[in-house]
Amino acid sequence: MSADLSGWGRYPRIEGRRIPVRDEDGLRAAMADGPVIARGNGRSYGDAAAQVGGTLDMRRMNRMLDFDADTGVLTAEAGVILGDVIAAFLPRGWFPPVTPGTKLVTLGGMIAADVHGKNHRRDGTIGRHVLWVEVMGADGELRRASRSENSDLFAATIGGMGLTGVILRCALQLAPVQTGWIRQEMIPTPDLDAAMEVFERDAAQYAVAWFDCLAKGADLGRSLVILGDHAEPSDLPANRRPVPFDVPVRKARRVPLDAPGFALNKYTLRAFNALYYRVNAGKAGRSVVDWDSYFYPLDAVHEWNRIYGRRGFAQYQVVLPLEASRDGLRTLLDVIAAAEQGSFLAVLKRLGPEKGQFSFPMEGYTLALDFPVSPAALRLLDRLDAITLDHGGRYYLAKDSRVPAEVLHKADPRAGEFARARQAAGYAGVFASAQSERLKL
Amino acid sequence: MSQVMILGGRSDMALACAHAFAGAGHDIVLAARRSETLGPEKADIELRYGVTVGLRDFDALDVDGHEDFAAADPLPDIVICAVGRMGEQDADQDDVAASVAVMRSNYEGPAAILGAYATRMEARGTGTIVGISSVAGDRGRATNYIYGSAKAGFTAFLSGMRNRLTGTGVHVVTVKPGFVATQMTEHMDLPERLTAQPAEVGAAILKAVDKGQNVIYVRGVWRLIMGIIRSIPEAIFKKMSI
Repeated sequence: MSADLSGWGRYPRIEGRRIPVRDEDGLRAAMADGPVIARGNGRSYGDAAAQVGGTLDMRRMNRMLDFDADTGVLTAEAGVILGDVIAAFLPRGWFPPVTPGTKLVTLGGMIAADVHGKNHRRDGTIGRHVLWVEVMGADGELRRASRSENSDLFAATIGGMGLTGVILRCALQLAPVQTGWIRQEMIPTPDLDAAMEVFERDAAQYAVAWFDCLAKGADLGRSLVILGDHAEPSDLPANRRPVPFDVPVRKARRVPLDAPGFALNKYTLRAFNALYYRVNAGKAGRSVVDWDSYFYPLDAVHEWNRIYGRRGFAQYQVVLPLEASRDGLRTLLDVIAAAEQGSFLAVLKRLGPEKGQFSFPMEGYTLALDFPVSPAALRLLDRLDAITLDHGGRYYLAKDSRVPAEVLHKADPRAGEFARARQAAGYAGVFASAQSERLKL
Repeated sequence: MSQVMILGGRSDMALACAHAFAGAGHDIVLAARRSETLGPEKADIELRYGVTVGLRDFDALDVDGHEDFAAADPLPDIVICAVGRMGEQDADQDDVAASVAVMRSNYEGPAAILGAYATRMEARGTGTIVGISSVAGDRGRATNYIYGSAKAGFTAFLSGMRNRLTGTGVHVVTVKPGFVATQMTEHMDLPERLTAQPAEVGAAILKAVDKGQNVIYVRGVWRLIMGIIRSIPEAIFKKMSI
């Protein structure tokens, strides 16, 4: 049976065989006929979790197995959804130590992509908080890997994009919190320098900037920097202090249909971005917001990926080393603003140093923007690649759907090492995604 | 805390019911063959919802053991029967033993155990009995009439039991899920709009129990579809391939 295996960006469109996995024996059987890749909830943007010949649907392997209320260590199967972890454990005072911008991801997917959040500088990637993983290897053996046991497999699997084996279970250290609220400070910054200055203060656990990628000239890099820290009960209004984990339920909306292509053009985008900046700049200052609105604003709009229309969209996310960030970001933003085909919202974050063997982050700034797919947009992204390479930047594979293999390998020498290690270990013929084939990993 | 007994507790639909009722604060008992292998499900539901989950061995075809099974304390507040087996119509129609196994799994076993619970709940004067039947029981079709006929029998049994128990404090809910994306249907290419996720079935059953509904179709469109299928004259229906 052929299934839609496209990623969240719905570009490229991929159809192929979807194999639901329910247990270890079923997994072994699925691995017997040709290369496979595990897929969680399909939130990677491109072709990372798709293999035409066999894509392992891990969503039925979604049981929580153990929780230690003293230490906050959760043991769970890889298909457990992050939002379910929050629903179960936030009321008991525990929150994910690292979260991406959606809670609709699986734990296995988070580990495979070694995701980061707005707190990377303080808390690193999710991998830092994983105590162990259980991985089904190319030989059909299930191995537990941690920093002390099968440590090479552990290091290669965190951020290994599912290409070292199938993650079946994991133990994750949750972080203690006192409330379900975030103390937020919104700081409008008129340009890129001002935004970076706020980031460099390192004044809060969480920091992210939404910026207007269509603003030009003196407004280039006009941003809203949003800082956040977990609130304490004393930060809450008196009526909420006795129930610090209760937050109002958000009403979800759904994008009912694919937006027609003409709905997105430089005029509507510029108007939207300018309006977004102005409205939110008006809300500048401190406030206390619930965790769901703070971390997952887009989750409230189901299928928001449809606003980019049927042709889908590509997200461009790169990180530039700290010393090259200012110049590199300015050059990228100049080209993007001039091309006038950026997205509704673009995101800038400051990352800290990262030791993960093949993980995305490095100390510097990461930029992420969505582009509705069109021939012109893809040409623009090729131009951005040249700038990224010039400045020593590298790519986030969880978002990638179109980087040419030679660009990736030039940007990230670790990719070649990773590919050679996969060959040597005998993984390459057993685990492969459309992305790994495209990128020669 | 009220207790929900789920018979045939290993299936996707049964587990979806367990999640839905546990989410509403009910304790759960999962009854199935080799129930000790449901340890991960027990841990999962207990961790997610902070309720207690019990496991009991239960074989729907062992009807001699049903009286004893239903007599065990405590008598649950709600019993949900998710026992069932689709079989393979093409192969089973030429194989008496296989046909009988499908009939017994979908009618004899489920009806017998719910009958045993009905008597005890009637004596207590409270309770809800939920039978998961099927739209396949609404009219026999060439492609699945062995399964369908047994479900038709089960639907009639539930209807009669509801009639008997009205006024006693015991309510009976008949569930006709339509297509559901479960392990049982994984190999089939089902139309998306007509196919419910197991979680939808769980939520629909929870709501039906809360509101005291009698017969529910999980996706409303199935009521319409089966209404049409039932209304086709037999002279025409017998020539159709649906």
